[in-house]
Amino acid sequence: MKVNTMAEMMASGTMPEYLFWVGCAGSFDQRAQKITKAFALILDKVGISYAVLGKEEACTGDPARRAGNEFLFQMMAYQNIQVMNAYGVKKIITTCPHCFNTIKNEYPELGGNYEVIHHTTLLQSLINEGKIVLKEGGVFKGKKISYHDSCYLGRANNIYEAPRKVLEILDAELIEMKRCRSNGLCCGAGGAQMFKEEEAGTTRINIERAEEAVATGAQIIASACPFCNTMMTDGIKNKEKENEMAVLDIAELIAESMA
Amino acid sequence: MEMLAPLIFIALLATAGFLFYKKASLIKKTILLGKSEIQYNDSARRWKQVLLLAFGQKKMFKNPLVAFLHLIIYAGFVIINIEVLEIIIDGLTGKHRVFLPYIGNYYSFFINVFELLAFGVTVVCIVFLVRRNVLYIKRLASNDLAGWPKTDANLILVVEIVLMTLFFLMNAADQTLQGIDPTHYPATGSFIISSNLVPLLNQFSPTTLMIIERGAWWLHIIGILAFLNYLPYSKHLHIILAFPTAYYSALEPAGKMKNMPSVQNEVLYAMDPSKAPTDAAPPTTFGAKDIFDLNWKSLMEAYSCTECGRCSAACPATTTGKLLSPRKIMMATRDRLEVVAQNIQKNTNFVDDQKTLLHDYISVEELRACTTCNACVEACPVSLSPLDIIMELRRSLIMEESNAPSEWNNTFSNIENNFAPWKFSPEDRENWAKEN
Repeated sequence: MKVNTMAEMMASGTMPEYLFWVGCAGSFDQRAQKITKAFALILDKVGISYAVLGKEEACTGDPARRAGNEFLFQMMAYQNIQVMNAYGVKKIITTCPHCFNTIKNEYPELGGNYEVIHHTTLLQSLINEGKIVLKEGGVFKGKKISYHDSCYLGRANNIYEAPRKVLEILDAELIEMKRCRSNGLCCGAGGAQMFKEEEAGTTRINIERAEEAVATGAQIIASACPFCNTMMTDGIKNKEKENEMAVLDIAELIAESMA
Repeated sequence: MEMLAPLIFIALLATAGFLFYKKASLIKKTILLGKSEIQYNDSARRWKQVLLLAFGQKKMFKNPLVAFLHLIIYAGFVIINIEVLEIIIDGLTGKHRVFLPYIGNYYSFFINVFELLAFGVTVVCIVFLVRRNVLYIKRLASNDLAGWPKTDANLILVVEIVLMTLFFLMNAADQTLQGIDPTHYPATGSFIISSNLVPLLNQFSPTTLMIIERGAWWLHIIGILAFLNYLPYSKHLHIILAFPTAYYSALEPAGKMKNMPSVQNEVLYAMDPSKAPTDAAPPTTFGAKDIFDLNWKSLMEAYSCTECGRCSAACPATTTGKLLSPRKIMMATRDRLEVVAQNIQKNTNFVDDQKTLLHDYISVEELRACTTCNACVEACPVSLSPLDIIMELRRSLIMEESNAPSEWNNTFSNIENNFAPWKFSPEDRENWAKEN
């Protein structure tokens, strides 16, 4: 897969429409890399001009800030904003709701002003514009799919409909979990929890959420966040349902269905 | 006696008003111990929030049945206060049912509306007592409320039932007396609820009836004035503070964390020393160790919290058995505020008591368990934010005490050195595109 970096684009004297902010999970986590590739594939097929920062991309600082380490957050933000402003970045797309939230809501007062779009929102507008054409028959036709709300898309940024609208074109049977939309239960990864052991309790948060997911009888849990994806996959393994259920990102579902 | 009554009434009213004013001033002073670094612009949108969240109770309707029951008490409280206005004027002037001659036939209509609401309030208070004490409702049976908070909740409901009962008794005795002594008790027409009590009262002598009527009248208004003065000590203070709290609640996306301009500048000066002013004083403290370091809005929110527990019922940490409970965060903050307020009252200025909100009232384990998912803020009917308090305390833990679990220290060092929370080489960031 040929993916241009901003540096390469600049050297050749062109500017892409979008900066694709891949994020740390999307860059390094083996499972999340598949989501990144699926989304890049969609962008290529639709013919959207984009580039990545590559080695010049660094953590947005979200986990550091939420753990309480404001210094580290400010350092990362400063560095990223310097890089993006130097390239004159205007529009950013990202597959990570945490990166999305930080760049969209927290970078502006630090001098980073961009239009930031989460991939589910972009996919929804591409569908509305008729730019996404699916295979005949439909890969997921009639399958039961349940969407797990990411906190940083939903409650944090009020994006509840875009991911659901995207799923509608799959012609699948969409089922909601008991706690959904603004009542959605967290996967347990936010607030830098992803990077440490959970506190002692009666159960783990991702197991509690996986139980709700299993109760829907869905064959596919649709996610829109690489961290939710990891947590839900682990939770479903814990329930020994990994052969009956798959956790897939919305980008993967669309990429696989596209003609 | 007839000359004396208005004087006693004025004395009571003035005392109750003065005591309430004094306590309210202390609470205001305590709230303003917090920081005031945030500007609250856009008053049009803020007033809209007051209308939707506080007056309209929009978020309560996530559970329509409970919202409806709560609405009856709320409407009863607001509308029955019109009757309290008449009672106060009667008390001040020594008159009886002062509005009656002015509105004549409409008078019984109004009293009937008040009585129907009062009846509704009584029924709902009984239902709420049953919900709290007989049925098992997790958020109401929670350990968060063990001891005084549970008593407080029951006391409020019982007092409301007693006040409504006195209101009916007063009206019933009045109606009975109308047939006996029409000069002092002018005819009002029959009242829809209290008229049912008249047959029970007919057996009594006019003197006994007058004692019942006057007794109920005085106890009712004394009860209201006492309840007013109880509010500042109770979770019931939300009936006042819900309004300013709704006004100041966040307008920005919930995911946005409060910036720390002091740290932002420190980093800026480190990266670009030419920008550093020569006289830049380094920031003194980071985050919040005690209530003085929190924003005053968080402190007001602690006083506004009515301990309903919708936050904790929605919290992923609480529901999976962790020590963290967002309701307890609000309650602990208020407990600390009360101690600080007493300290100030005693010593004029706060004298260090070797205690802080962090550690003595809220533990590290609680703070660590938060996933910042915003479920608590979303669940709160007036959008209080336990999350703001948690985040400020976390900042203090990390930046003042370097108190982090070792995994987080590794994460920090990875972010700092490898620009990712995991130990991968930044050189490999594009590898996903190369592998197939």
